[in-house]
Amino acid sequence: MKYVYVCGIALLSLASCAPDKGKNAEEYPDATPKANPVEEAMTDPTKGIGAVKNVTLHTPLEQDRIKRGLAIYEMKCSACHKLTDQRVVGPGWAGLTKTRKPEWIMNMITNVDVMLEKDPEAQKLLELCLTRMPNQNVSIGDARDILEFMRQNDGEK
Amino acid sequence: MDKKIILRSLLVVATLVGITVLQMCKPQAPASVSGSDAAVKAYVPPGQYDEFYNLVSGGFSGQMSVYGLPSGRLFRVIPVFSEDPTTGYGYSEETKAMLNTSHGYVPWDDLHHPAISTTNGEHDGRWVFGNANNTPRVARIDLKTFRTSEIIELPNSGGNHSSPFITENTEYVVAGTRFSVPVGDKTDVPISTFKENFKGYISFISVDPKDGKMNIAFQLKTPGVSFDLARAGKGPSHGWFFFSCYNTEQAYTLLEVNASQKDKDFIMAVNWKKAEEYIAQGKGEKVKARYARNRYDESTHTATSEMLTEVLQLDPAVLKDIIYFIPCPKSPHGCDTDPSGEYIVGSGKLAALIPVFSFTKIQQAIANKDFEGEFAGIPVIKYESALHGEVKKPGLGPLHTEFDANGNAYTSFFVSSEIVKWNVKSLEVLDRVPTYYSIGHLCVPGGPTRKPHGKYVIAYNKITKDRYLPTGPELTQSAQIYDITGDKMKLILDFPTIGEPHYAEAIPASLIMPQSTKIFKIEENNHPYVAKGEGQAKVERKGNEVHVYMTAIRSHLTPDNIEGVRVGDEVYFHVTNLEQDWDVPHGFAIKGAANAELLIMPGETATLKWKPLSVGVYPFYCTDFCSALHQEMQGYIRISPAGSNVPLKYSTGKTDDTAAGAGR
Repeated sequence: MKYVYVCGIALLSLASCAPDKGKNAEEYPDATPKANPVEEAMTDPTKGIGAVKNVTLHTPLEQDRIKRGLAIYEMKCSACHKLTDQRVVGPGWAGLTKTRKPEWIMNMITNVDVMLEKDPEAQKLLELCLTRMPNQNVSIGDARDILEFMRQNDGEK
Repeated sequence: MDKKIILRSLLVVATLVGITVLQMCKPQAPASVSGSDAAVKAYVPPGQYDEFYNLVSGGFSGQMSVYGLPSGRLFRVIPVFSEDPTTGYGYSEETKAMLNTSHGYVPWDDLHHPAISTTNGEHDGRWVFGNANNTPRVARIDLKTFRTSEIIELPNSGGNHSSPFITENTEYVVAGTRFSVPVGDKTDVPISTFKENFKGYISFISVDPKDGKMNIAFQLKTPGVSFDLARAGKGPSHGWFFFSCYNTEQAYTLLEVNASQKDKDFIMAVNWKKAEEYIAQGKGEKVKARYARNRYDESTHTATSEMLTEVLQLDPAVLKDIIYFIPCPKSPHGCDTDPSGEYIVGSGKLAALIPVFSFTKIQQAIANKDFEGEFAGIPVIKYESALHGEVKKPGLGPLHTEFDANGNAYTSFFVSSEIVKWNVKSLEVLDRVPTYYSIGHLCVPGGPTRKPHGKYVIAYNKITKDRYLPTGPELTQSAQIYDITGDKMKLILDFPTIGEPHYAEAIPASLIMPQSTKIFKIEENNHPYVAKGEGQAKVERKGNEVHVYMTAIRSHLTPDNIEGVRVGDEVYFHVTNLEQDWDVPHGFAIKGAANAELLIMPGETATLKWKPLSVGVYPFYCTDFCSALHQEMQGYIRISPAGSNVPLKYSTGKTDDTAAGAGR
């Protein structure tokens, strides 16, 4: 019980490190921490660490999000991530949504410092690329748009 | 050695010792540090924050420095009136306009006094103002970004020393001229016609409460004297401003002697609410003038300069009841109002006493017309009628006074190198401590406000002589912190300062820290040459101008290979830092540029202009260590001969020669 309590505090303080969610918290209620976020994170470490616990994906893809996601990609991401599988500064994005959970991707974008500190998968990438992925001040809503753009990049319709 | 010389030297020494003994105000012993707990009081452990920001004038450096108190650690030097090749201030295309004046681009000045903005007479942490003493100007620095946001020039001023003191709600920043000068159409006049043709001007600069934008609201035309320092009234005296004036002798040569003839000069009391009434009645006169106003736009990351052509003036010799003179002994320098707003302390720098004037008594004297005469058409109030009392034998050469929250005043004494603590009401001297050496201004956190924060008094010294390891003939100036929480002032720390520290203010960190800007949002960057993402990086030719829209992110510049640029071209590198994380600036420099570097903050765009003079391939690189691969953050630009037909070409990560290139 004590262990759970300590973890709970750790996670709450992590959540408070997440960027300002603004309107997005309402738009994506499932992206805000639940009353007891501990078990979720414990039970599924492949979702990464951060405020994003559960993302619902829709088919067909949401075109508005793709448009916004592309614009953010061009401004804040394209300098390091290609849309192919070619690694430049960071890994190329092709196939990313097939190998990573959507929550993991969004936590990596919005909570990168904690992810690089704690998440084993993120740490493997740092060892490979040797440049810390910067915190580009992307909100959770914006990260969701980027995710939609990534899905399109991976050929989803 | 000649015995006579030795004897003579001994005699000189003996005489000096005699003089020293006679002057009981001299500091007792040099170099001694106070109690053993001193170091603990100034110690801020690694990783912990200081309690106060100390904003210190850089004097002849033209800049303002930011220290922490009580540690004395230097955090930053803010470029204000002087170029700064380190940050590119005054060198980048965006910031050149900040140093524009009616005399053209002026690369240097002399900043004497910071003034932190106030609301209801208390620090509000929005802006700090600074004066340019040489080419008269006032600057406003934004305390969110610690950058100079605006600089306004002052027409009809000969040297802006009596500045930038502010009213209780930052309604006005004042600017009084140190040199009276001939103005208007009659400026080519013999210097000997001083009395007839030279005038002193005081400018009241309004400050927009929303965004701080400055405008000269009006100028007061005053007799030809020298204005030294000033303070606004507060509380009951809000609506009034007090200026110290010297050279009421109206000397124009050897002022050292000729401006020190009279027993008393003046404190000038200005009823600025009255001036506002006259302006509302349309009694101001619009006069032609030429002065620059330069503003930095945080959205375009660019400064623009405009030349203004008119200023509103009032003549208090005609429009009565705006100004009054109060006699003050011997070339008054400091002129400080206490937190209650009732007492005005005048410090005659050649006086051996400190007069304290009462605002209530000044008002009574004006109501009763208790005048001893007129000076250049302005009433002079009788000294005794305005006087609360005198601090007797406080020391030699009083300069400036600051206050704590307990009714005490702290006055600096230049000649006797000491700080003297005294009670404002009783005028009784309570304590004195030596300073090392020759103190000018001093600072109590919040000392000039209605609510002093107290705790420390900091001395800003002109001379350090034997205090630090010597560095040749030119030595550092210094500050010294004294703990004032007890009855006795205790020296706890010496620290060196940049330039010459004149005045300084200190403000609780809690009023500044939470609002400090961390990054500029790339989405909100409206620079005309921004590249919001690598996809927008490009090179464009417009005649002989080449514009490089470059991006910087850990750890590459895009484009990093540029060809098709020729000798005779003017190349503009518009570098956008794409980072959106705190404390990740990138730098930019190119070989042979007759220019400085750029330091570009996250989300910002800055421009370096470069004229290649000869053919070759020129390297450029990031100057700010940004990541493990910082040393790889570099590129080349090929310069071909004038008239060459090498096509314009640019890329990053492209390798034409596959044998030589890395990657795939």
